[in-house]
Amino acid sequence: MPAAEIESLIREGIPDARIEIVDLAGDGDHYEARVVAESFRGQPRIKQHQRVYQALGGRMGNELHALKLSTSVPE
Amino acid sequence: MTDVNTRIDTLVKQSDVVLFMKGTALFPQCGFSSRAVAILDHLGVAFQTVDVLQDPEIRQGIKDYSDWPTVPQLYVKGEFVGGSDIMMEMFEAGELQQLLTDKQVARA
Repeated sequence: MPAAEIESLIREGIPDARIEIVDLAGDGDHYEARVVAESFRGQPRIKQHQRVYQALGGRMGNELHALKLSTSVPE
Repeated sequence: MTDVNTRIDTLVKQSDVVLFMKGTALFPQCGFSSRAVAILDHLGVAFQTVDVLQDPEIRQGIKDYSDWPTVPQLYVKGEFVGGSDIMMEMFEAGELQQLLTDKQVARA
């Protein structure tokens, strides 16, 4: 799955997100995503991650095997 | 509740710390599961593992039960804590240690 597709899916689900995708292994299958969004403020980590997974709409754990995810609010 | 949910319900409550993972604590079958085990080992808590690769029903069921698409998944005192990324973030922030202390989880 191309990095640009991951990014656009997340952006669609979380419009205020600043997103950085790193292809960890260079194989198009192992990514790291850092997602920073003001709308995460006040939400527990589980909820923040669930919002990203929801944005990815069922691809996580299927087409998208390995995504190391970190979420935070803007400094 | 469906049968598999009842089974999972029993599993998450059978001990204070339960890790659903791929493989076993000694032989994790995935890098993320391996990392989760390493964190718990480092914290020195007693924990049970459930190998989802041995049970297709649990493997799918746990995702629905937790509303979480991936394995590993950590439960403490019957409550979902998160996957390996959250475990690592919490560990680095000292929050996982705090959670285990707050919930009075036994040391290994």
